[in-house]
Amino acid sequence: MKELLEGSRAIAEVVKLCKPGVISAYPITPQTHIVEELAQMVADGKLKASFVNVESEHSAASVVLGGEAAGVRSYTATSSQGLLYMAEVIFNIAGLRLPVVLACANRAVSAPINIWNDQQDSLSLRDSGWIQLVAENIQEAVDFHLIAYRLGEDKDIMLPVMVCLDGFILTHGIETVDIPSQESVDKFLPPYQPLYKLDPNNPVTLGPLVDPESYTETRYAIEQTLKDALKLIPNITVDFSKAFGRHYNGLVEEYRLDDAERAIVAMGSVCGTVKDVVDILRSKGKKVGLLKITSFRPFPAQQVYEALKDIPKVGVLDRALSLGSFAPLTCEVKAVFANKKKRPQAINSFIVGLGGRDITLDSIKEVFRLLSLKERPAEYIDLKPELLRERYE
Amino acid sequence: MNNKLFVFGHTACAGCGQSLAARLVIEAAGPNTIVANNTGCLEVFSTKFPESAWAVPWIHSLFENSAAVASGIEQALIYLGKKEGVNVIAQGGDGGTADIGLQALSGMLERGHDILYVCYDNEAYMNTGIQRSGLTPLATNTTTSPSGTLSFGNPRPKKPLPEIAKAHGIPYVATASVGYHQDLQKKVKKALSIKGPKYIQIHCPCPLGWRHEPSQTIKVARLAVETGLFPLVEWQDGTISVRKIQPKPVEEYLNLQARFRHLANFPEVIKNLQAIADANIKRYSLAMTSEPEGVG
Repeated sequence: MKELLEGSRAIAEVVKLCKPGVISAYPITPQTHIVEELAQMVADGKLKASFVNVESEHSAASVVLGGEAAGVRSYTATSSQGLLYMAEVIFNIAGLRLPVVLACANRAVSAPINIWNDQQDSLSLRDSGWIQLVAENIQEAVDFHLIAYRLGEDKDIMLPVMVCLDGFILTHGIETVDIPSQESVDKFLPPYQPLYKLDPNNPVTLGPLVDPESYTETRYAIEQTLKDALKLIPNITVDFSKAFGRHYNGLVEEYRLDDAERAIVAMGSVCGTVKDVVDILRSKGKKVGLLKITSFRPFPAQQVYEALKDIPKVGVLDRALSLGSFAPLTCEVKAVFANKKKRPQAINSFIVGLGGRDITLDSIKEVFRLLSLKERPAEYIDLKPELLRERYE
Repeated sequence: MNNKLFVFGHTACAGCGQSLAARLVIEAAGPNTIVANNTGCLEVFSTKFPESAWAVPWIHSLFENSAAVASGIEQALIYLGKKEGVNVIAQGGDGGTADIGLQALSGMLERGHDILYVCYDNEAYMNTGIQRSGLTPLATNTTTSPSGTLSFGNPRPKKPLPEIAKAHGIPYVATASVGYHQDLQKKVKKALSIKGPKYIQIHCPCPLGWRHEPSQTIKVARLAVETGLFPLVEWQDGTISVRKIQPKPVEEYLNLQARFRHLANFPEVIKNLQAIADANIKRYSLAMTSEPEGVG
């Protein structure tokens, strides 16, 4: 049913439809509305689940770890410092192969403290073994929750999935959203059938000490599984399309790239703005397009290669940094084309929207304008030089 | 059956108090038990892949989160309608409980989960090589509170963790010792018969870290109780009961352990340790009167 909903409310509605048995969370802006809505649903008897109010994000992640290990579908949501405080548990959940689903309402990381949106938090945990799906709009954030459980709980995957959505822009924005029926969700997402669980009738030891004899293989197995996920995601989105009528590639989305001479690569809500600019420039006869990355982990290198190999000028938008090196998404795209014969003549890096700085149509037009055939150092769009301290000689 | 829940073949040191305590706990709890274990010696020596000493469902996640992991397990069992008749035990060493895991423990106790938390207190970070923890006694020589010309060892007394647990208003808190195994198992069984959060702290000598003969583990454990340095106390719904002792001087306990050997040079510190024992004896009325009324 189509409803006008705040993003957080829409996500709570779809989480309810996924029927998690254990939910645990700790308050942090801008994630909090999601779990407030879920707490109310539990309080009203609309969602049969245990809602565990914990004393920290570290424990929130540990509680859903325990719930999932005992064989129950579990859910948590967080942002920024909360995700970083969970970091140790985040790696642990992936290593234990527990298909937890977590919504990360993307927010900048302190210091300085800043509650607004960028993607530094989830990107800082890109190496944890979690699948990371990045939503462009509220409908995607809703739909990716369904895909996340179906994907993570697949017996060939058994990995946790992080649904990343830009804080405030998507958590607090209001859009018309199609919330599916319980019946259609039940058909798409069967009850969780764990491969193993903590059960006195069949005792297992989980989380043992693994020495150099076997440790590498546990990591290799996750890497192989993430490669398998690249193949499975498009199959799941086909099923999703049949069930709900919305089609996603699930890995990337190509927007007006066919004959493009200039392309932007981006993730998240900024893609909506980029699409608007592409439409404006196309109406003036400019050959521009967008490659949207939906799955940041696993990273769809082959799809990125195919989409960009014939486009001379490529610009990558990063809403996060890897201080001291290339920004995270730029790094990925450049790696795809290392030693490739067919490749863009230049892949340039643009830093936008840190700590909630608005990304306007003009910001994106500026990126398209700056795309060149020469590779240059990363360009900070809308940087305010007047705020930078003079260098002491 | 119950004597095969934590089996031989693990790699604990000779005379390890913690391995004995862990076996006594799980044997008292029985097979319908799920254990969440902090990182530490017990996890390392009992679950080196591909082997496991545990015949009950057992999970290790991290150093400090067994109380939170157990909370999730307990809630999942309730959700599945399978909690009835199943014990959930969270456990860890003194560092994982009193220091890095205190927040998760406090959360678990405050939320009222039906979980028994067991702290195996061997009074230092033994797994990493005998570093000082919040439960290391005053004047102990550890690798991070060494004695020296300017130092008598650990400058602070043990954190009163059983009292801290009790302050959460939970229905059952007890201390126990591997030196008194019947008392220990009785307390575990009693705790598991009570709904809600329970906390038991078990004193476990560590021959390697305390530097005593492996054959002396039980003797050392008993002397800690008999001197008043580790009182055996039980709080059930606000009522306190204790194991009475005929107090022995602390030197009898200290002299068996090289971790206190340096105190020969610090006689006034021995007096301070005796004062701690005396304060315990007074606070908990440990001294036996003419009519013995010991517990357990």
